[in-house]
Amino acid sequence: MQIIWNGIIGGLKLLFTGDPYLWGILGVSGKVSGIALLISSILGIPLGAILGLLHFRGRRLTQALIYTGMGLPPVVVGLAVYLLLSRHGILGPLNWPWIPALFTVQAMIVAQVIIATPLVVGYTMAAVSAVNPDLRLQLQSIGATRLQISFYILREARQGVIVAIVGGLGSIISEVGSVMMVGGNIEGSTRVLTTAIMLETQEGNWDKAIGLGIVLLFLSFLINFSVTQLQGREN
Amino acid sequence: MNSIFSLAAVKKSYTGRLILDVEQLDIFNGEILAIVGPSGAGKTSLLRLLNFLESPDSGNIQFKDQPAGPQLPLDIRRQVVTVFQRPALLHDSVENNVALGLRVRGARDAHDQIQTVLERMGLQKLRKAHAWTLSGGEAQRVALARAIVVRPSVLLMDEPTANLDPYNIELIEKEVRQINQSEKTTIVLVTHNIFQAKRLAHRIALMLNGKIIELAQTRSFFESPQDARTRTFVNGEMIY
Repeated sequence: MQIIWNGIIGGLKLLFTGDPYLWGILGVSGKVSGIALLISSILGIPLGAILGLLHFRGRRLTQALIYTGMGLPPVVVGLAVYLLLSRHGILGPLNWPWIPALFTVQAMIVAQVIIATPLVVGYTMAAVSAVNPDLRLQLQSIGATRLQISFYILREARQGVIVAIVGGLGSIISEVGSVMMVGGNIEGSTRVLTTAIMLETQEGNWDKAIGLGIVLLFLSFLINFSVTQLQGREN
Repeated sequence: MNSIFSLAAVKKSYTGRLILDVEQLDIFNGEILAIVGPSGAGKTSLLRLLNFLESPDSGNIQFKDQPAGPQLPLDIRRQVVTVFQRPALLHDSVENNVALGLRVRGARDAHDQIQTVLERMGLQKLRKAHAWTLSGGEAQRVALARAIVVRPSVLLMDEPTANLDPYNIELIEKEVRQINQSEKTTIVLVTHNIFQAKRLAHRIALMLNGKIIELAQTRSFFESPQDARTRTFVNGEMIY
C-alpha cells in the first residue's frame, strides 16, 4: 500500500514540476493520436455519412465489415502494419519515400488510423441513420439539393458525430498493442503514455508509472467531460 | 382556367400493389383543390408525385406545360412545396427553421421576409425558441411558415391540421385562404375533414382505391353529388 501511495505522490510531483521526461511522452502521444484522429475523421465522417444516407447494393456487407473493423484487436493491427512496413514485408522493400519505416511516429500513426477509422465510420453511420427519416423527404420537398440534404442531416447528427470522434480518440490514446509493435517504445522518439506505463511498471518505477497513469486517466476524463458539456449545451 | 398540373393515365404501384390510378386530373392555377377520401385511398401518393419526389410508373404529368418528375430543373421543382402531416423540423430555433427554404435557395438578407411570415403565423414571440420545445400546433405552424416564406406557386398540404386544436386549425386555415387570395398560390389540400374541405376549397375530389371517384365544385360536391359513394361520404358514412 505504501508503494502505491508513494507512487501517487511521486506521480503528482512529476506532473506539477513539469518533468521533461513525462511531458516529452505526453507530446509524442498527443502528436501521434492527434494526427491519427484527424486523418480518421477526414476519412471516416464522410464515409459514415454516405453509408448512413445511401442505400446501395452491398451496403449490408459494407456495414458488417465496418462493425468488424470496430472491434479490431490493436495488437493484430500492429502485426499487420509490422508485416506491411517491415524491410522483409510487403511495402518495406519498395523503398518508396512516402511509405513510413517501422519504429517511427509515422508508422504508429498508420496503425492508429486503422484502429480509429472504423469506429469513426460506424458511429457516424449510426448517428446519421438515427436522424428522423421524414426530414430527408421534407428537405427535398423544400427544395434542397442532394448535397444540402446531406449537410443538414449530418448537422442534425452532430452529437453522434462528436461521439464518433471521441470514440476514435478513446480507442487510440489508450491502446498499447499496436504502438508497441510498430513504434518500438524508443525514448524521446516513439515512447507514448501507454508504452511508457508498461515499461516503468516493469522496471519498478512506480512514481513514473502512476504519474503517467494519472495523466492518461485525466485526459480520458477531460475528453468525456467536454463531450457531456457539449451535449448538455445542445439539449 | 389555366391548368398548372395536368395528369393523364397516371399509375403508381408500391411492392406490386396499385396505389394510384388517375385517369385525368387538371389542377387549375390559383385554386384550392381539396382531396378527400379514406386512409389508403392514394391521396398522399398523389401529393408525392405532384411534389416531384417520385415518378409515376406510367402516364403523364405536366407541370406548367412541361413533363413533370424528379428530372425537372431545380428552379422549377422549387416552385412546389409540401407541408406534411408530421413536420420534421431541424434541431434549431424557430427562426432558423423558417429560414431553411430561403437558405437552400441561397437567399441573403431575408430577415424582413422571415419576420413578416413569423408574425402572420403568430410565431413572433417564439422565434428564438428551440423547435423541440414546440407543441404540435406550433410545430405545424413553423412548417407552414417554412413553406410559404419561399412563395411557392403550388402549396401541397397533407393533412396539415390532423390532431390539432381549434386555435391552430383556425390560424392555419386563415393563412391558407390569405396566401391563396393575396399571392394566388395554388393549393392542393389532402384532408380527412370534409368540413375543412368545405370551408377552404373551390373544388373537391373524392379518392377511393387510388382512383378519383368524383371531382366537383365544392357546392355541387355537397349538394348534388353524382356518385353514390360521394353521397355516402358527405353524409359522414364509411366508404371502402
